[in-house]
Amino acid sequence: MTSAFNKAGSVGIVTPQTAHFEQPFKVSCGRELPSLDIVYETYGELNADHSNAVLVCHALSGDHHAAGYHSADDKKPGWWDNYIGPGKAIDTNLFYVVSLNNIGGCAGSTGPSSINPETNEPWGPDFPTLRVRDWVETQRMLADSLAIEQWAAVIGGSLGGMQAMRWALEYPERLRHCVVIASALKLTAQNIAFNKTSRTAISSDPDFHDGRYYQHDTLPRRGLAIARMIGHITYLSDGVMGEKFGRDLRSGTFEQGVESELEFQVESYLRHQGDVFSESFDANTYMLMTKALDFFDLAREYADDPVKAFKAAKCRFLVVSFTSDWRFSPERSREIVNALIGAEKSVSYAEVDAPLGHDSFLLPVERYNNLFTAYMRKVAQEHQSLPQGDDHAA
Amino acid sequence: MRHDLITLNQWIDTDSRVLDLGCGDGMLLEHLVENKKVRGLGVEIDSDNITKCIAKGLNVIEQDIDNGLSNFADNSFDTVLLTQTLQAVRRPDYVLQEMLRVGKECIITFPNFGHWQARLYLMLRGKMPVSKMMPYHWYDTPNIHFCTVKDFELLCKDQQIKILHRTVQSAQGADSTIKTPHWYNKLWPNFLGAHAIYHVTR
Repeated sequence: MTSAFNKAGSVGIVTPQTAHFEQPFKVSCGRELPSLDIVYETYGELNADHSNAVLVCHALSGDHHAAGYHSADDKKPGWWDNYIGPGKAIDTNLFYVVSLNNIGGCAGSTGPSSINPETNEPWGPDFPTLRVRDWVETQRMLADSLAIEQWAAVIGGSLGGMQAMRWALEYPERLRHCVVIASALKLTAQNIAFNKTSRTAISSDPDFHDGRYYQHDTLPRRGLAIARMIGHITYLSDGVMGEKFGRDLRSGTFEQGVESELEFQVESYLRHQGDVFSESFDANTYMLMTKALDFFDLAREYADDPVKAFKAAKCRFLVVSFTSDWRFSPERSREIVNALIGAEKSVSYAEVDAPLGHDSFLLPVERYNNLFTAYMRKVAQEHQSLPQGDDHAA
Repeated sequence: MRHDLITLNQWIDTDSRVLDLGCGDGMLLEHLVENKKVRGLGVEIDSDNITKCIAKGLNVIEQDIDNGLSNFADNSFDTVLLTQTLQAVRRPDYVLQEMLRVGKECIITFPNFGHWQARLYLMLRGKMPVSKMMPYHWYDTPNIHFCTVKDFELLCKDQQIKILHRTVQSAQGADSTIKTPHWYNKLWPNFLGAHAIYHVTR
């Protein structure tokens, strides 16, 4: 299954950069951020007329590090290394890929753990409430600073797909393609319920201190770990958990006449995932990101009519879902597709039979890779046939 | 150019909206996009075919026609195509109704089971016909609803579907550049035509 993935190359060692924006940023909630830092990485070369740029939007727990390694000792590459690199679906021989850490994040861009210049303390829970449109707006500022007038494609999975769709509505002239993977027009009640449960796990951790844990020199590790465990369960499918862990024991025994503490493999896996995450991710960012997810509704300001919402879009769309994904089910993707059909937009849709649940969008899945690669090759053909030179084609 | 394409071509307007149900690898849709500048959308269930369509730069969506076309609005396409697929759907009559709701006009092509070779095969061998065009056995065929030219026209009459044009092609003519003689269409098409092409409307 992984043959196509093994053959393709890596972007190698990459170094994050920081774009600083001195002017105040007006947040959609009405408040203002006095200045902004946006950390980003780029892969591949920007061509002469800047027509081969691709924006990758990250999901809930992602960041700017989408591909390659930060050092030779790095064990794990960026979160979308399966799909970004030379010869991969988002081919860095053809595209100039921009991947950023969204504001409100915790990997270097301005967020709750940054210092509020007015108080000289970390923002913490006082960081302005963000919406998906704020990320699109700050991504647009980054595009301007990189002299990218029009993206060849804006691409995202899950929460990233919501950003990609918002781009198509807010800046229809500034992208030619929109790739929306395992996403939704809005979250379902069940989905919001999962997010609420995760947030409650964090806020009820005594170390959370109403989000002011930085000042208490502690971290709400237990709460964040539980939030991550809940997330993990919902990102995988029943089938793949059964296949991966079954009822295998990590310690203890089922033997008659022996009393022992049992630990199933799946428990150990979740505990490990939770522990790693609770050390590396910021709890306030988790609260903020999940709230932005809950708030998002693409068609809210279009009289709740997604067909009306997509009318303004000018780009072509690729929508992909995965059969075993129950957090962002194929039904949600079909709602996107049907709205696009209703709006008479160019759209292709694939419902990929993959057992890995929501996480399929990150993992090597052959069919997904094939169609994603085929689509991106066509995208590349467009900018390769655009007139090259000083006068930019955008 | 293939003769079935020449036939289809003349019934499809330049710049029109075309929905191709069961579009396969997108060969026909690509031809119409290139030659007629149509705004085309394919519907397909086979995953390899979907990738092939995407590689051609076509719009294609993964959907099972047997589950209906309720996601398409009334009259939202100028022409709805169903080529070599009618015999493979669960309820050809429902699919026809849905096609005529979504499209102003429809083009349907199917292998004619009333063709003399099929009749002869069944008569002489007493077995369901297997040929180059229909290579399956009765038990493994995806083609579960074979019909004849006469059957199809009876269904159209029942459903008050108006036949705008009908063309049949010889066994050689269907898939090649060999032109089917005109008299095939005049004289006994249900017997001579291996391949039927209908252009219908409400």
